[in-house]
Amino acid sequence: MPKRGAPPEVNAGSMADIAFLLLIFFLVTTTIETDAGLDRMLPPIEPPNEEPPIIKEKNIFTVNINRNGQLLVEDELTDIKSLREKAKAFLDNGGAPQGSPEYCSYCKGKRNPESSDNPAKAIISLKNDRETKYSTYITVQNELVGAYNELRNREAQRLYKRDFTDMEADYLNPETDSGTKEDLKEKVKRIQDLFPQKLSEAETESTN
Amino acid sequence: MSKFTKKKDAGLPPVNTASLPDIVFMLLFFFMTVTVMKDSSLKVENVLPNASETKKLEKKDRVIYIYVGAPTSQYKSQFGEEPKIQLNDKFADPSQVGDYILQERAKKPQELQNVLTTALKVDKNANMGLISDIKQELRKVNALKVNYTTYDGDAFNNLQ
Repeated sequence: MPKRGAPPEVNAGSMADIAFLLLIFFLVTTTIETDAGLDRMLPPIEPPNEEPPIIKEKNIFTVNINRNGQLLVEDELTDIKSLREKAKAFLDNGGAPQGSPEYCSYCKGKRNPESSDNPAKAIISLKNDRETKYSTYITVQNELVGAYNELRNREAQRLYKRDFTDMEADYLNPETDSGTKEDLKEKVKRIQDLFPQKLSEAETESTN
Repeated sequence: MSKFTKKKDAGLPPVNTASLPDIVFMLLFFFMTVTVMKDSSLKVENVLPNASETKKLEKKDRVIYIYVGAPTSQYKSQFGEEPKIQLNDKFADPSQVGDYILQERAKKPQELQNVLTTALKVDKNANMGLISDIKQELRKVNALKVNYTTYDGDAFNNLQ
């Protein structure tokens, strides 16, 4: 009768090596960063027979970028650094007279009757040349979105004591639980309605 | 005294490495779970511009990527130095963008098909003409939600 002891132990000494090998493989292939960027909605293609709505000239804030990256804001050559302030002043103007249905009660602007009536009517129109550099375009977009965000943050601070961008990030984060989300949805919607983002991008023109 | 000398002879006791595999496995599982495999290799220069008012692009399964930039040195002789569009692994014309979006959209599950975002990863030296063509194509296929993917940073750095 041969001696039958416990089965021989498997040598696990090389397990660490195998694990290291796998670890290094995953280390090399990993990309952890999540992408971030500027969210924009493109306008849908209009039916050809539809008349474009008539918009008052004073409710449009025109931004033109030429091929050299220079900015023409409301027919005035402007430095890109002052674009945000100009856009804010335009959006926040609230030019409609007190008592009219379009009166903007939360606007803190100059209430210049020559500028926008209220934020819901104010439209920013962005035009660029075909040879404008993409980086310039992004900077301009960033400043315009920044202008909207600053105004929305101001209102959100007033109403909810919290930044709008912060609330929106929480709302979009998939890890936020649904109860908080429902609550945030309403607040985010309300602030967005106070300053709706109306950024129209015309088809590009080439200046030859 | 002999007691002490004896002890010195034994040298340092070896470090116990029995828990090393456990630690390594822990790291391994961490990287396994966070890994996203790269699905296409870039054939274009892709230095994104900076922006500060960014939003995170959550949920990778709802994103269609379009890359734009000048071909990398490897492809320069073949495709020239003008910025090009890369869809999946191929260079493409603006006219092919619409078909590509429809194709990618058809691959996604039904419930996601209406909430897709198109991420435009555009090199900062590209011209707006090409981007406008892409945008026009996107409008034609009703893919209206776009995300201009950027790095986080001061937007004024773009101007230099």
